[in-house]
Amino acid sequence: MLRALLSDDLPRNRFLSAVLLLILFGLATAPFLVSGASAINTAAKILIFILLVASYDILLGYTGIVSFAHTMFFGIGGYGVGLAMHFMGPTWGAAGLGAALALVFGVTLAALIGLLSLRVKAIFFAMITLAVATVFAVLVSQLSDYTGGEDGRSFRVPEVLRPTYKVLAEPLFGTPVTGRIVAYYLVFVAVLALFLATLRMVNSPFGRVLQAIRENEYRAEALGYRVVKYRTIATCLSAGLAVLAGALYALWLRYTGPDTTLSFNIMLNILLMVVIGGMGTLYGAVIGGTLFILAENYLQKLLGVAATQVEGIPLIGHILHPDRWLLILGVLFVLSVYFFPTGIVGKLRQSAKA
Amino acid sequence: MTDQTAKAAPADIPRAKVDFLPLLLPVVLAIGALLLIGSPTTWLTLTLSALAMGMMIFVIASGMTLVFGLMDVINFGHGAFIAIGAYLAMTVLAPLSGWMSTDSLAMNLSALALAAVVATLGTGALGMLFERVIIRPVYGQHLKQILITMGGLIVAEQALHAVFGGDQKAMPLPTGLRGAIVMGDIALEKYRLLVVIVGLVVFVGMQMVLNRTRIGLLIRAGVENSEMVEALGYRIRRLFIGVFVVGSGLAGLGGTLWALYRETLTAGIANDVMVLVFIVVIIGGLGSVGGCFLGAVLVALLANYSAFLVPKFALVSTVLLMVLVLLWRPQGLYPVAKR
Repeated sequence: MLRALLSDDLPRNRFLSAVLLLILFGLATAPFLVSGASAINTAAKILIFILLVASYDILLGYTGIVSFAHTMFFGIGGYGVGLAMHFMGPTWGAAGLGAALALVFGVTLAALIGLLSLRVKAIFFAMITLAVATVFAVLVSQLSDYTGGEDGRSFRVPEVLRPTYKVLAEPLFGTPVTGRIVAYYLVFVAVLALFLATLRMVNSPFGRVLQAIRENEYRAEALGYRVVKYRTIATCLSAGLAVLAGALYALWLRYTGPDTTLSFNIMLNILLMVVIGGMGTLYGAVIGGTLFILAENYLQKLLGVAATQVEGIPLIGHILHPDRWLLILGVLFVLSVYFFPTGIVGKLRQSAKA
Repeated sequence: MTDQTAKAAPADIPRAKVDFLPLLLPVVLAIGALLLIGSPTTWLTLTLSALAMGMMIFVIASGMTLVFGLMDVINFGHGAFIAIGAYLAMTVLAPLSGWMSTDSLAMNLSALALAAVVATLGTGALGMLFERVIIRPVYGQHLKQILITMGGLIVAEQALHAVFGGDQKAMPLPTGLRGAIVMGDIALEKYRLLVVIVGLVVFVGMQMVLNRTRIGLLIRAGVENSEMVEALGYRIRRLFIGVFVVGSGLAGLGGTLWALYRETLTAGIANDVMVLVFIVVIIGGLGSVGGCFLGAVLVALLANYSAFLVPKFALVSTVLLMVLVLLWRPQGLYPVAKR
């Protein structure tokens, strides 16, 4: 049963399994485990980024394609749902229509980019996607009549998902069960289902072809697989999942804007999460995403404490400034590309084999 | 100006068949824009300012394209050198405010020259370190190159924040270079004129070195077939490092020009321009200096014309140009290495 659910791709390391179970347990019980709005926000963000990073891993880890346009698809999902709800009112129909349109648009765009540029080398593709994504972000901020520009769009969600909606009259385990909790579990179930579906996909014959292309493009071609076709499909699938992640994020935040979906920083974060977690293992996305979002939220606080300790020392004080947490992660990233190219998950699996 | 590039490029590449077709593109573009804009004086002002922008992009992009051509390394951290160059220039200019605010143009220019030299040498030296620490371990592995240089960019940008602070810094032009020279209805900003001169000097200098010197010969041979050059007994690694240092130095110089053009400076200064640089490098054909020059002129012309005609789609138009060029020639206008 478990084997079927995980598509035969078990963690293959006892420690890794324990961590994954811990994360799963934590995310499943987050609203009741820790109280407070910030904790549940962090948990929801972790969930959405796990999906987003997993979808990126299909490209980077499984197929060996470096794309910098992933936030563009994330943004398309966010704006699709956001704008539909903003203009059509807070109904499920609007959300569904927005998500569907965004999915069609995103996948079409991915197919176009894929067909146009996947014939070229990895380096070319990376540069082209970077250019396209930047232009998309600029366009979104310039078409402010529709998108709200830099301010983005706030909107109302269906009543069942609002914090004011009471599901149970009495609090459960000391936590009042409101629409917020319904929204959280909506995100949780959706992410879990999509993650398992992704796992199924990469462990199918199709996923094996992708890995063959990653390992040796010419050999895969020589075996009769049409490399461009497979790559384009992988790009479309990955884009579609990113669109859905964006849609969920917008639904959770009740807001969509450039900073939450389109900024280049998010693209960098996704890259860091995939590489640190472990490329080509979807479990890496879980570990990377969780670690990273936790670090983002709590490393900054930790650094704040450290910074007050060394306030007098000039440069050290600046380096340990809470806003500089990305510096530490950047160094960690470079080091991990050198020394742990397979990331945390790959390293753990290796140690299990040895 | 466009005519001049059309004439200059073929003369500088001797003993090789020159592909004239791409050279017609900027001419066609300029004539088309003239018809759309209508007013010749507006058109001339736009064209001249576009050329200045093109030169800045060229200075930044040329180093990157050269590094790719010879070393097969794409440096996503190139933007870091732009920012570092600009900060170095600012550090030099800060105590020279006396030189900057006098009316003497000579004093103004020497302050700028000093800043530019420090920025170029400083980023060049840093480039040597960057090559050693970041890039050398990942030669020949594109995926890792992209990741690791991206990591280098993050670290460099954050380090700049830590050292100089995250707030926006002012980087004013010296007194003598403010304002514009007005001839009839045509206004020509003085600083842009200076940039055009610098860009042309860099372009001509690079072409001379590449085409008329022994080092240039080796570099070109290395771009064609680096194993063969090595087999002939030349130490191509040293050449690699040299080219990387020059490329980083040029990024520093370009960063100085760019920061003075915008007159403000933040650690993320390179982010807007890097997109244009990538487009230029792709359009020109990775590794081709001539293609890079042509691409920079094309992109700048198109961006400026469309910023005037349909402001919201200036950037979109440059990406469209890239798409069209890639459909026409998938390896860029002037493909170099057959990798």
